[in-house]
Amino acid sequence: MTESRLTGATAMVKSLESQGVEVIFGLPGGAALPIYDELAKSKIKHILTRHEQGAAHMADGYARASGKVGVCLATSGPGATNLVTGLATAYMDSSAVVAITGQVPRSMIGNDAFQEVDITGITIPITKHNYLVKGAADLPHIIEQAFFLASTGRKGPVLIDIPRDVQLEDFSPDRVKRAPLEGYNPTIEGHPRQITKAAQLIKSAQTPLLITGGGVFHSDSSEDLQNLAEKADIPVVNTLTGKSTFPNSHDLYFGMLGYHGTVVANTAVSEADVIVAVGVRFGDRTTGPLPTFAKQAKLIHIDIDPAEISKNVPSYLPIVGDAKNILSQLGELLPEMKHRDWICHLKEISKAHPLPAKMVGVSTPNILCILQEIVKDAVLVTDVGKHQMFAAHYISVESPRSFITSGGLGTMGFGVPAAIGVKVARPDRTVIDIAGDGSFMMTCNQIATAVQYNIPICVLVMNDYCLGMIHQLQDVFYGKRYEACNFDKSVDYAKLAESMGAVGIRVTEQKQIKGAIEKGLSCGKPCVIDFVLEDNSNVYPMVTGSSLLEYRE
Amino acid sequence: MRHTISILCDDTPGVLTRISSLFSRRGFNIESLSVGHTETPGKSRFTIVVEGDEKILEQVRKQLQKLVHVIKAWGISQEESVEREHALLKIQMSEKQRGEILQIITAVQARIVDSSNRTWILEVTGDTSAIDNAFNLFRHYKIIESIRTGKISLERGSGKAAKK
Ligand SMILES: Cc1ncc(C[n+]2csc(CCOP(=O)(O)OP(=O)(O)O)c2C)c(N)n1
Repeated sequence: MTESRLTGATAMVKSLESQGVEVIFGLPGGAALPIYDELAKSKIKHILTRHEQGAAHMADGYARASGKVGVCLATSGPGATNLVTGLATAYMDSSAVVAITGQVPRSMIGNDAFQEVDITGITIPITKHNYLVKGAADLPHIIEQAFFLASTGRKGPVLIDIPRDVQLEDFSPDRVKRAPLEGYNPTIEGHPRQITKAAQLIKSAQTPLLITGGGVFHSDSSEDLQNLAEKADIPVVNTLTGKSTFPNSHDLYFGMLGYHGTVVANTAVSEADVIVAVGVRFGDRTTGPLPTFAKQAKLIHIDIDPAEISKNVPSYLPIVGDAKNILSQLGELLPEMKHRDWICHLKEISKAHPLPAKMVGVSTPNILCILQEIVKDAVLVTDVGKHQMFAAHYISVESPRSFITSGGLGTMGFGVPAAIGVKVARPDRTVIDIAGDGSFMMTCNQIATAVQYNIPICVLVMNDYCLGMIHQLQDVFYGKRYEACNFDKSVDYAKLAESMGAVGIRVTEQKQIKGAIEKGLSCGKPCVIDFVLEDNSNVYPMVTGSSLLEYRE
Repeated sequence: MRHTISILCDDTPGVLTRISSLFSRRGFNIESLSVGHTETPGKSRFTIVVEGDEKILEQVRKQLQKLVHVIKAWGISQEESVEREHALLKIQMSEKQRGEILQIITAVQARIVDSSNRTWILEVTGDTSAIDNAFNLFRHYKIIESIRTGKISLERGSGKAAKK
C-alpha cells in the first residue's frame, strides 16, 4: 500500500470522523475486525455492548437525546440479525441511526458462507435505506450519504453492510465514486398558500386543538409550538412519543390522547372543530377506532413525510414540510386569540376525571410521584408495558427530548440500553429508566456495559413478578385467565445489578422509596432499584369500546 | 379496480425487491410488471399493473415515492396513455389448419417469427385487450407455450410525465 492509498476500513473510519461521530456502540466479530483495527487508532470512542440489540437501542437513545446521528456496529450473520429489533424500533419512531455491519467477503456472498446473512434483504422494510458496499472506493461517499439520509427529511435508520474484503481493499482516494441521490428530495418548506389557509382556518375555529407527536422533537420545534399555542390560546395534547414536546405543567397542556389517553385529551379530540396535528402519524394507539376519530374536526396535518398525509386520518388541509418552519410561520400569521371558554370546559373535564390511581404503598404511580418530587428535569426513558403508561401520565416533563420511549414498535428491553445511549449523549443530565421486570430482563445484561464505561444511569424496576400489561389485558378481556403471564420470584434484581458491579437497592416498603431514589441518583454509579410492588392495579384510563370516549377509568 | 403505475428509478441491484415488496406487503398481486432501460443512462422505467383498493394503492404509491432509488412513481390512466403489450405464442397445427391460422394472423396483425415443421412462433403486439383477443382466437388450436411481456404505458402528449 502506497502512502496515498487507503483501505476501505481506514476510509470508513475517516469518513465517520468527518461526520463528527464521537461514539460507536457495537460488538465485534470476524467480519468486522478490520474496522475494529482501524477504530483502535481513531479518536472515536467505542462502547463494547453485551448484545447487538442493545447497541442499536443505545445508538437510538443517543440520537433521540442529542438530535445527532447514533452509530452502531456489528459483525455479519448473528451480529447483524441481533440489530434487527433495534433498527425496527428506530424505524418506527423515525430515529436517526446508522448501523454498520461486517459481511462475508464478496466472493463468498450467496454461498451460505459461515455467518453469512442477507442483512440488506432482511432490513429493507425496517430501514430508510441500506447499502451493500461493492468496493472500497464507494465507501466514503456511501457513509456521507447514509448520514445525510438518516438525519434529513423524515429521519430513520440506514444500514451499511461492508464485506470483509472491501474493508481490506485499498484504493486511491481520488478514485472515490459518487452517485447522486436524484430520487431523494424531502420537502422542507411548507407551502405558503397552505400555511395561509391554515391560519385562516385556525382563526375561524371555536374549539381548536394541537396534537403533537415525535416529529416535533425531531424537528426541534418545541419553542415554535409553544409560541403558537400561547399566542392563539390553543390547548395541546400529545401522542406518547410527543410527550416532551410541550411543557407538561403548562396551563394549555392536557396530557396524552389515545388508547391509554386521559379522558380530557380524548374528549378534546372528539369535540375540537379544528385540529392542528404536528409530526404525528396517527398510529392506532393514538387514534383508537378510526371511524369515530375526531369526527367533528377539520384536520390540518403538518408532517415532513407526504406518505403520512391521509394515511390513517383524512386530512382537510395538509402541509408537508419541516414542522419548525411551518409552526413559526403559522405563529406569525396568527393574531393573539383567546379560547377561554373551551379551555375552561376542558379544565372542568380534567377535574371531573382525575387520574384514578391511589398514591399509597409501593405502587408505580406512588413511586413516580415521589420521583417527581425529588428530581427536576431528568431525561426519562421507559420500557414497554404498564409502567410506560403510568410514566406517561404521572411524570411531568418540561423540556424537549426528555421523555424517550419506544412508541411505534413497543419494544420491551428498549429501556436500559436506550438510557445508556441517552446518558452518553447527555452526560450533563440525570437519566432515569422506568422499567418493568419483564422488560428489564430482556436487556439487563447492558448494566454490565454501563458499569464498564461508568455510565451512571438509574433504573427503577417496577417489579410485579409478571408481565403486567399482559396481566391487565387478560384481566379485562380474557376472563382473568393469566396464561403465560407470571414469573416466579426467583430473581433479585438488586443482587443481579450488584453482581454486574452496579449499585443495587431493593425496596419493599413505602417508607424506603424516597431514600432509595435519592441514593440511586446520588451514588454516581449505574444503579438498579428493585421496587417489589405491593399494589399491581391496572393502568387506566383504557379505551374499551368503539370510540375514544368509551373507556374504563 | 385495475390500476397502472409507472415508476422511474435508478437502475441498481435490489430496486426491484424494494419496489415489489411494497406491493406484496399489502396483499397486492402484481398482474404484470415490465421494466427496462430508458433514454437516460442509469435509469429504468417500470410499468406495473395491479388490481386492488385505490386508497391502499395510493399509499403504496407514496411509499414507492419514498424509496431513495425511485425518482418518481405515478398512476397512469388508460384513456390518457398509449399502452402496449407483446406476446409470443408457439402454435402447433396440422396441415389443414394452416389456412385458418393464417387468416387469424392477418386479422390480429400477428407475425410469424419462427417456423418449423408443424409449429410456428407468432408475435403479437397491441394493448392488453388486443392480446387477450388474439389468445382467445388461437386458443382453438394447440398453443404449446406462450409468454406475455406485461404492459408498458406512455402518456400521450408532448410532456414528460416524470417531470410534471
Ligand atoms: C419484545 C416484546 N415482546 C412482547 C411484547 C408484548 N408485551 C407488551 S407489554 C408486555 C408486558 C411488559 O411487562 P413488564 O416489562 O414487566 O412491564 P409491566 O407491564 O409489568 O409494567 C408484553 C409482554 C412486547 N411489547 N415486546
